[in-house]
Formats: sequence, structure tokens, C-alpha cells
Amino acid sequence: MPATTEAGVFDESDLVAKARLGDASAFNELVNRYERKIFRLAKHITQNDEDAEDVLQEAFLKAYEHLPDFHGQSKFYTWLVRIAVNESLMKLRKRKGDKTVPLDEPLDTGEDTVIREIAVWDEDPEQQYSREELGDILDQAVQSLRPAFRTVFVLRDIEELSTEETADSLGISVPAVKSRLLRARLQLREKLTRLFKKKGDDVFAYL
Amino acid sequence: MLTCREFLAELNDYLDENEKIDVELRRKLESHITECPNCWVVCDTTKKTIQVYKGMHAQSIPEEVHARLIKALERRTAAKGGPEA
Repeated sequence: MPATTEAGVFDESDLVAKARLGDASAFNELVNRYERKIFRLAKHITQNDEDAEDVLQEAFLKAYEHLPDFHGQSKFYTWLVRIAVNESLMKLRKRKGDKTVPLDEPLDTGEDTVIREIAVWDEDPEQQYSREELGDILDQAVQSLRPAFRTVFVLRDIEELSTEETADSLGISVPAVKSRLLRARLQLREKLTRLFKKKGDDVFAYL
Repeated sequence: MLTCREFLAELNDYLDENEKIDVELRRKLESHITECPNCWVVCDTTKKTIQVYKGMHAQSIPEEVHARLIKALERRTAAKGGPEA
């Protein structure tokens, strides 16, 4: 299992500064810190382990090569995420023959925000399912979203980038991020409510 | 009073602490949610949806994936001898 030091002896900018000077162990420490998140992000976007591994390698190789161009305007992690997102989107486009990748499709169909399931949840899903089961449920729900929604949701609510950073990474506007995020959240809420709702509490009808 | 549709359109900004909402609009949203049980449920379960995803930790990556990544980086370092200045 790869060693990780989440708490970190050095903060990120120290490590980046050392890595820029050619300190391989400093760069390896950055790899250890972020490889899991980058792999997860790539898997969520590409939906494919093999592509995700390619993205992981490409992202770190590019980050390494372009370290001299990184001047600390953003956090290293945000910069790395941006590289990984670009690589992931390229994979997605390549795989779909560039025809159906709907990252810039018109999305305002109105149907995406239909609310059908109105029910309170039973209790914390963390109490109902094992960590592994819950992870699978959450992953499957995300995978069922359209790529345009999925990508925004992954960046905003899983990787916890800001609205602006997400817009920047995807080359879309802030309002587009917001509208896709709303749809993604409501669709996920809908799917999860079907699983997590309190039994016998399906009594409301939405007007 | 806001309609449910209007409430839903503002739901994201209402839930995201970092988004600034106009005081008057926030008051309207809060008033809607206290009077509309359906929107209260939607708001509550959307909030929980976000929380459950935020609580998800990135799992370890397979050992061989890590090993291949390190190898690829070593090859790159050996070829170039470090980031280009």
C-alpha cells in the first residue's frame, strides 16, 4: 500500500519549491499525497480503470514537466486537478469518437429538475451500510449522471473545488457550473432517496 | 411567497455557505421552507446527499497502479534529470 502522509511534515508550497529544484523525494511526497484523489477523479470522469491509470500517469508527468511554469497562483492541488480533468476529458472525447460527448450540449431541458421522490431519509446512510457498500452505491449513482453533470458534481462536491475553480478547470462559465451542479445534486438526491427513504414515509405528493 | 420552482432554482446558493445570497432573498427562502413541507424535505435530503459524498474518502489505489506511476516518473526523471528550468 502506498505510504501517505496526509498531515504532512512539509506544507504543499515547501514541497513544490523543493520539487522545482529537482528534489525527487519532494515530488514523490506530492504524488503520495494526491494520487488517490487524482485516480478517483479520473475514474469518476472516464468511468474506466485503464483510462484512469493513464490519466493518473499523464497528470503527474505533465505536472512534473511543467513545474517551472507553476508560479503558485493557485494551489498545486488545484493546478494538478486541472491537468487531470483535461486529460480525462480528452480520454472521454477520444473514446466516444467526439460525437456524443455532451460537455457543452444545451442542457436546459427542464426535465432534469423534476422532483418525484419526496421522503425523509431513514437515518444516516453511514449507519445503514458498510463503508464499502455505501461507496459502491454512491459511485453507481454518480456514474449514472450525464458527463456534463457528473464532471461538475465530482469537482464541486467530491473534490471540493470552488465554483470558480470548477468553471476554470472545465472552461465553462460560473452560471453553467451552478446550473449543472443543481441538476446533478437533484438527480442524485432522487436516486439516493429511493434507497435511503424512511419506510412507509412516502406520503407527500409534490404539487 | 416564492413558488416551489423558484425555491428550487435557488437551492444551491441556499445550501452553499460560500455563496452570497441577498438578505431579502434568504428571508424569502427561509419563509418558504418553513411553510412548505415538500421543499423542506427536498432541501434536507439534498443537503444529506452532498454531505454523504463529502464524507467519502478516496480509497487506496491498487499497489501495481502506484508502482507503475512511480516507474513512469523515474523514467522521466532519468531521461531529463529534473524539471526543466
